[in-house]
Amino acid sequence: MTKKYDYLLLRFGEVSLKGRNRARFEKAAVEHVRALIRPYPDVKVRREFGRIYVDPGSQQVETLIPILTNVFGMNSLSPVRAVQPELGEIVRASEELIEAMELKKETTFKTNVRRVWKGFPHSSQESNPLVATPLLKRFPLLKVNVRDPEFELRVEIRDNIAYIYGEVIPGVGGFPLGTNGKALLLLSGGIDSPVAGWSALRRGLEVECIHFHSYPFTSDKAKEKVIDLAQGLAEYAGKIKLHIVPFTEVQTAFTQMGQDNLMITLMRRAMLRISTKVAEREKALALITGESLGQVASQTLSSMNVIERATELPILRPLVMTDKDEIIRLSRQIGTYETSILPYEDCCTLFIPKSPTTNPNLRIVNKVESVMPTLEQLIQEAADGTETIELFAGGSVKRREEEDAKAEIKQEWF
Amino acid sequence: MLNFDHAASTPVHPDVIRTIAEVMQVHNGNPSSIHRNGEASAKLLERSREVCAGALGGVKPEEIIFTSGATESNNLAVKGMLLGRSDGRRHIVTTTIEHASVYESCKQMEQLGFEVTYVKPQLDGTLSPEDIFAAVRKDTVLVSVMHVNNETGAVQPVTEIGRQLKKIQPHVRFHVDGVQGFAQVPLDLREAGIDLYSLSAHKLRGPRGVGLLYIREGITLFPLLSGGDQEQGLRAGTENVASIVGAAKAFRLVSESRTERAAKMNLLREQIIEAVNQHPTLTVTNPQHPSPHIVHFTFPGLKSEVILHTLEGLGAYVSAQSACSAKTEKPSRVLLSMGRTSEEALSGIRISLGDEHEAYDIQQLSKILHQAIDVLQPLEGRKR
Repeated sequence: MTKKYDYLLLRFGEVSLKGRNRARFEKAAVEHVRALIRPYPDVKVRREFGRIYVDPGSQQVETLIPILTNVFGMNSLSPVRAVQPELGEIVRASEELIEAMELKKETTFKTNVRRVWKGFPHSSQESNPLVATPLLKRFPLLKVNVRDPEFELRVEIRDNIAYIYGEVIPGVGGFPLGTNGKALLLLSGGIDSPVAGWSALRRGLEVECIHFHSYPFTSDKAKEKVIDLAQGLAEYAGKIKLHIVPFTEVQTAFTQMGQDNLMITLMRRAMLRISTKVAEREKALALITGESLGQVASQTLSSMNVIERATELPILRPLVMTDKDEIIRLSRQIGTYETSILPYEDCCTLFIPKSPTTNPNLRIVNKVESVMPTLEQLIQEAADGTETIELFAGGSVKRREEEDAKAEIKQEWF
Repeated sequence: MLNFDHAASTPVHPDVIRTIAEVMQVHNGNPSSIHRNGEASAKLLERSREVCAGALGGVKPEEIIFTSGATESNNLAVKGMLLGRSDGRRHIVTTTIEHASVYESCKQMEQLGFEVTYVKPQLDGTLSPEDIFAAVRKDTVLVSVMHVNNETGAVQPVTEIGRQLKKIQPHVRFHVDGVQGFAQVPLDLREAGIDLYSLSAHKLRGPRGVGLLYIREGITLFPLLSGGDQEQGLRAGTENVASIVGAAKAFRLVSESRTERAAKMNLLREQIIEAVNQHPTLTVTNPQHPSPHIVHFTFPGLKSEVILHTLEGLGAYVSAQSACSAKTEKPSRVLLSMGRTSEEALSGIRISLGDEHEAYDIQQLSKILHQAIDVLQPLEGRKR
């Protein structure tokens, strides 16, 4: 199969790329692109005049487009033809591009030729009809409409190359990855937290994940599920660090206190304390949760008020005002939904009292915690005992192979 | 001994045998157990499901359930669609040429008060889509049509039937028994609007005792086996893990080599037909679209059993009717419904090809056929 396109052109938002931050943002975006295409070693990335060009190497651009639409901060991308800056070549490539569109009905277009290299014998103005006329002759379904065309054929003429493109594919927007600092996401096994993580990534945060595991109260399958969710985020971020906290000791300590209806409040506060320690260690400046106001007992305003006091770090709640339906839609869109609804319990769904309080009393909570002399130590031990896993884009295959190897499953059996 | 009865069963692929032996040695957990031993078995099962989904042209793994074979898959497809319905629809459309596991399931459903229309093929053994559509009623639940007939090798127009059916009667579900067609004749399940699709592993160099049923997402069936919630609650019973892994490998291997295998078999098939045509007493059954692996002929005046044993005595296994109906002395239901006389329908012989066959084997077979005819010709019409 011959390649229809030579490059992918990635464009970035005016807003995010303005001013002094521009170079930093561009660099972050390039790094993000590199991380996403890591599974394809011969794909090359080049930064030029505020844009990123991706050379697909031996790959088809069609393979790369769905991957690269996930570059945060990118407004749009276009598959591009690159030819010698000669009129004949430019027309021929333009014809091929329109050929590939397989026009079925009358389609309006305009050409937009920009001559950057003044050595090209025709000015931008002169060039437009020189490119358009042969196209109109060749494709009877094409009609010119300069005001509101259905597509715009753009030609950029530089001194050793001319770029030609028509299709503009929207990107996901936001800020380039990591340009807004680092935060730690509390990743449960549910639907919400991966969506919160994705929203944070999209907004330019570097995200690390923390998960609380209470073996044997929660099974290894629950842990695997969370690793799969973090892997899902790694497909967007390129790389994700997942910290898995041994939470059993802390959790069982609370069950001794005879405060069943405060159980969740106490647990959530302990989680925030452990998360804060890990965040400080990892130099993350905030915590992120998937909380949505009023969704469950621990997410009422009074609960949030009492729980949040356990940390001094800002808590970012990307979904706090988002309805469940919308969260589910996003979850499907980013591809974590199917994993999230697997039935393995996480530690939040365990030890759930019959009637968890929706209105915990801060004074009582403080008192209960103060009569647990070992609490601080247990929290420190949990934070110290954290296991850290690094997950990479495209790494699910490798991870699966490792898991299979551990389970004594051989690939050649299939 | 030459084996020309691959449509009945195939020799298991050596790699499949090795896989099954290794899996059996290493893995003894019950896939439903939640300890590591069980989880490893569950993983094997899921990997197998993914491989099968790939072999079926990229369907979703969740759309596949493993069964004990195509007979069970066909029973589940037919009965599972009809039982437990509360919408009052009680009609099935199927054909007179289906495998016994579909045909007899329909007969059983008739005993339970459901109504069945059995559509006959045309003279060449091929069904006409119009005849199928004409049989569909308002209360039709299911249309069940096989992809390739197991006796005549006639390829049925399932894609045309399924696509049209989705347009004119979108509420009707479409089941295809794919046992003889899979990896012999191309078929795109989605394009053909297929809701349910049965396969058997042992027809494709996999182990016996494993089959699968593809159940398109969104279709609900009434389970026939109650018990644990294995296979999404549709098929209780501890899974046959090692054989399922082997079956998945077999499905993958045949689906990957379909084009080359079909090309080779088509050549051999031509040679067999040439050999059979040299004997004016034999009539080759010529479906409009034949599957590459089956040649069928009749020898009116002689019983298939006699022909079969004569060929066996001379060194070649072939088949009379399908293996599942071979032991009955009745004329073939399939041939009768094609308008053949009962004399013809009693004398059908099926030669079916497999991977191991080469041109040399066909030369041997034609020799054996000559010798058999020399022995049998004088007896024709006399010995019953």
